[in-house]
Amino acid sequence: MNLKKIASAVKSSFAPTIPVMTGYLFMGAAFGILLQSKGYNFLWSGFMAVVIYAGSAQFVAAELLSKAFNPLNAFLVILMVNARHIFYGFSMLDKYSGMGKIRPYLVFSLTDETFTVLYSAQPPQGLSQKAFYLCVSLMNQIYWVIGCIAGGAAGSALPINPRGIDFVMTALFVAIFADLLREKQNRVPAAVGVFASVLCLFIFGAENFLIPAMLLMALALTVLKKPIERLAAKYE
Amino acid sequence: MSESQALISVLLIAAATVLTRALPFIIFPSGKETPAYIRYLGKVLPCAAIGMLVVYCVKAVKPLEFPYGLPELISIALVAVMQFWKKNTLLSIFAGTVLYMLLVQLVF
Repeated sequence: MNLKKIASAVKSSFAPTIPVMTGYLFMGAAFGILLQSKGYNFLWSGFMAVVIYAGSAQFVAAELLSKAFNPLNAFLVILMVNARHIFYGFSMLDKYSGMGKIRPYLVFSLTDETFTVLYSAQPPQGLSQKAFYLCVSLMNQIYWVIGCIAGGAAGSALPINPRGIDFVMTALFVAIFADLLREKQNRVPAAVGVFASVLCLFIFGAENFLIPAMLLMALALTVLKKPIERLAAKYE
Repeated sequence: MSESQALISVLLIAAATVLTRALPFIIFPSGKETPAYIRYLGKVLPCAAIGMLVVYCVKAVKPLEFPYGLPELISIALVAVMQFWKKNTLLSIFAGTVLYMLLVQLVF
């Protein structure tokens, strides 16, 4: 691929990434500021944006890094926080087959947002699916890295009280959740998720509820498969 | 924790993240058809998982102690109402976060 071709591929893939760009610059900066407030500068936030590249995991990581060293706990907590990615992977199995050399990167960079864009958007005219997937995935990560570094750098310069800024993560999930609730066929699975989580939170407590909640959820969704599919067919 | 401990933690967090993303592709390599049950889960689990994440974010709230989770409740309500009404994700997130910061810093 020559330079001119690359430039035109980037240009025609840009439009569907605009919302992600805005979100990642903002969220990345919020992360950089948060991490800086825990004593880790912009080099750390930039490094984490390159090797971890996961919004919610990085916010949780900022918390973990400000506590005592506990590597096994960190690994397990992040497995739980990111467990939902497993289901994005399942949804992209077909689309990512035949991607050749770029497949490992596409899999590595499958964030909630990249998944949403690639799952819903079609490649623009004259651009192969492969080039489109690579451009969107890579541009999204570049936005995130820039945001994280900028937040980390500005955080050390700005005399802003960052208390409460981590609510940006909660707000992101609430906004996405509200969007999902608009679709009627999503309401039963969504209710199962909230109900199982609240129930397990009461039974197992804040530190241990995620895994039982996920198991309960998988069980409930399996038991409810027929009625949920009947409802989905009705609303489609 | 020391710098090298932080580095180890970050690399383990990166490994855990990539594992969650790669697992389906490891279990079902290219060219194999995905079972119908897995496809069903792929459809319903994102909604359930994001609902779980909302709960996860407020897990530390103590509803029986001051401020009774009010900053979280009010800010979450603002995000949800704005999102239903305006459908502008970034605006909803921005407004909710600013309100929350004001509430925890100045009001409660």
